[in-house]
Amino acid sequence: MAKLSLEDLKKIKESVQAGVTLREGGYRAKVNIHMGTCGIASGARKIMAAVMEEIEKRDLKDVIVTTSGCAGLCSREPMITIELLGAAPVKYMDLTPEKMKEIFAQHVLGGKVVESYALAVGSETTF
Amino acid sequence: MATKVFRSHILMCAGTACVSCGTFKVRKRLEQELKNRGLDEEVKVVITGCNGFCAEGPIMVVYPEGIFYGKLKPEDMPLVVEEHILKGRPVPRLFYKEPVKKEVIPRMKDIPFFGLQVLRVLRNRGLIDPENIDEYIAKDGYVALNQALTQMTSEQIITEVKESGLRGRGGAGFPTGEKWEEARKYKRFPKYVICNGDEGDPGAFMDRSILEADPHAVLEGMAICAKAIGSNEGYLYVRAEYPLAIKRLNQAIDQARSYGLLGKDIFGTGFEFDAYVYPGAGAFVCGESTALMFSLEGKRGMPRAKPPRSAEAGLWGMPTVLNNVETFANVPQIILNGAKWFNSLGTEKSKGTKVFSLAGAVNNIGLVEVPMGITLRSIVYDIGEGIKGGKKFKAAQLGGPSGGFVPENLLDTPVDYESLEATGAIMGSGGIVICDESTCMVDSARFFTNFCVDESCGKCVPCRIGLTVMLHKLEDIVSAKGQEGDVEFLEGLGRHILRLSHCGLGQSAPNPILSTLRHFRHEYDEHIREKHCRALVCTPLIRFEVIEEKCKMCGLCMKACPSNAITWEKKQPAKINKELCTKCKSCIPACKFWAIE
Repeated sequence: MAKLSLEDLKKIKESVQAGVTLREGGYRAKVNIHMGTCGIASGARKIMAAVMEEIEKRDLKDVIVTTSGCAGLCSREPMITIELLGAAPVKYMDLTPEKMKEIFAQHVLGGKVVESYALAVGSETTF
Repeated sequence: MATKVFRSHILMCAGTACVSCGTFKVRKRLEQELKNRGLDEEVKVVITGCNGFCAEGPIMVVYPEGIFYGKLKPEDMPLVVEEHILKGRPVPRLFYKEPVKKEVIPRMKDIPFFGLQVLRVLRNRGLIDPENIDEYIAKDGYVALNQALTQMTSEQIITEVKESGLRGRGGAGFPTGEKWEEARKYKRFPKYVICNGDEGDPGAFMDRSILEADPHAVLEGMAICAKAIGSNEGYLYVRAEYPLAIKRLNQAIDQARSYGLLGKDIFGTGFEFDAYVYPGAGAFVCGESTALMFSLEGKRGMPRAKPPRSAEAGLWGMPTVLNNVETFANVPQIILNGAKWFNSLGTEKSKGTKVFSLAGAVNNIGLVEVPMGITLRSIVYDIGEGIKGGKKFKAAQLGGPSGGFVPENLLDTPVDYESLEATGAIMGSGGIVICDESTCMVDSARFFTNFCVDESCGKCVPCRIGLTVMLHKLEDIVSAKGQEGDVEFLEGLGRHILRLSHCGLGQSAPNPILSTLRHFRHEYDEHIREKHCRALVCTPLIRFEVIEEKCKMCGLCMKACPSNAITWEKKQPAKINKELCTKCKSCIPACKFWAIE
C-alpha cells in the first residue's frame, strides 16, 4: 500500500467508525427488534434482515440495532421499538419487511412517526 | 467504501490473563453457536486486549447494550446466544456480582471497578482489536504523529511534552520532556529511541497489558519522540515471557510499515523511522536503563556508572532516549489534546493518570487507570472493593522489590511520586500487591530480598554481598534464630547498600526491609523476642498447639489435617499430636478463630 496521508487516515477512520460508535454508545437512532419466540415465529428475523439491509445500503454510522424479548403483546408481532436520541421511544406492530422499510425511511431517517403502523409511545426493558 | 455492518459486536478480552482462563475455547464455542443460529452475518466477534478486570476472566462485553459477562465457560455460550443475542434477553446468571452487597450489575459502565477509572493510556483497551490497525486509526490513531510531522517542529513537540508535566512511568519519575530535550541537544547520529518493556516486578503487568491492548499507541509515541530528538531507529525491549505482547507488537509494526506509518518518508514528509522488537531474556536488572542497553548490544546485562546519561551516550555510545511503555503511550494524546488537557488532571508535581496493576488479597484484581492524586484507600476499597474473604487489610506493597509497604494508617496518602516516596514506598512502575492479615511482613521482606539476591548482577559489592548478608539475617529471624540487635544491624546495612550501590537495583533493593522495619517493627520484635509470628506464616515459629480458650470445638481443623494428627470429639477442644504433625499448616486456614498457634 502506498504512503498514507491525513486524508487516508480520515477515510479509514470513517469506514471503521460504525463499529466503534456501536461500542461507545454514541448513536442517533436505535432500532429494537422484539425477538421473543413469538416474534421470531412471526418473522422478526426478516424484519431484522430488512433493517440491516437499509443500514448497509445507506452506509449509516449512527443507527444501532438491538434485540429484546417478548413485550407481552404476542398477537401483534413482529414488533419493533424505535428510539431517536432525545425523543420518546415508539413501538410498531404487525410488521412486514416492506412496512419496516417504510418506517425506516420515514421515522429513522426522517424523524417522522408513521402513525398508521404505530402501537404506542413507550418502552420496556427486560433487566 | 462501504463496509459490512453488524448489528452487534461481541468484544472478548484476549489479554494474557483471560486467555489463560480459556478465552479461545469460549470464543470457538461462541462462533460455532452463532453460525448454528445463522447469526454470524449479523454479529461480529472481536478479540481485544486486556479489558482490565482480570479477576472476572474470561470476559466478554456485548455491544451496543454494553452488557458485561464474566467468568465464562464454553458451555455458557448456547444460552448467551439463544437468550441474549437472538432474543435480546441478557443472562443475569453471568452478570458481574458485586462482592460486598452481592448485587448483580449488568452494564459494564455501572460496575464500580470501571466507573471510578479515568482511561487515557488505556482508552482503547477492550474497545478495539489490537491486531487491526484500522480500528486504532478509527480512534484517531496516528493523527498525532501526522500533526507532529507536518505541523510541529522538534522544539514545539518537546515544549508540549515538557508543559504537560509528563514524568517517566517506569518508576523514577524523571520529566520526559527534559530527557528528550537533552537527547536532542547532542549532534551525534544515529540516535536511538528505546521503549522499556522489561517489566520485571513481581505482580506488575501494566506494560504487558498496554502492549497487548494498544500496541500502536506505543509505536506512535516512539515515532513522535524520534522526530523530537532526531532519531530514525527505535527498539522495543520486551521480556520474552510476554509472547502475546511480542506477537501483537510485531503484527502492529508490520501493519504500520505496510501503511507507510513506519519506514521511509512517513506522511510524505521525508521523515524516516522504523522500530524493532527485541525480546529480553528475563533478567530483572535489564529493566535498568544502562543494563538494558548493554543487553541490546548483545553484551551481558550489567549497569554502568552514570554519568554520562543515556541521553548523551546510550545505545552503542550514541544519544538515546529510553522511556517506559506507559510513558510512550501517553505521548500521542498529549500531542493530540495539548499539554493543558493532560495536566488538568493530577497533583502539583505529578500530572495525568497512572496505570496500576492491582493484585493480591483484594476482591477486584485487575488493571486500573486512575488520576494522580487519588488515595490508596480509594484504589483498595472503591475500585478493588475491599479485601477478599472479609479479612483485614495489612499493607499495600508498591513498586515491587525496589518499593515498600504502606500500612493502613497511611492509606489516605495521595498517589503521586513525592507523597509515596515519603511513606518509604515508591510509585514504581505501578504494581500494587495488597496484603491481608495473613501476610507476615518479615517473611515478605525476606521474599523480596531473596528476589533481589537472585537478580543482582554481581558487579558491585554492596549489592552482591550486602544483600546476601541481609537475606541470611532475615532467614535466621523467620526460623526462630533471631537475636537482639538483628534489627539494628539490618537497618545499618540497608542504609549502606542504599548509598553505596552502583545502580538503581541496589540503591532500592533494601527498601522492602527498611519500609517493613519502619512500619511493622513490632512484627520483627515479636519474631526475635517472643519467637512468635502473628500471621502464622513462619513455620518454625508456630507451636502447633490449640489455644483452648479460643477453640470453638467445631472439628474443622481435624478434617483438614492430612496426617491424622488432630484428635477431636464433640464439645471437646481439639488436640494436636506433635509426633504425627508434619507442620504442613493445613489446619491454620481451616480454623476460623485463630485458635491454633
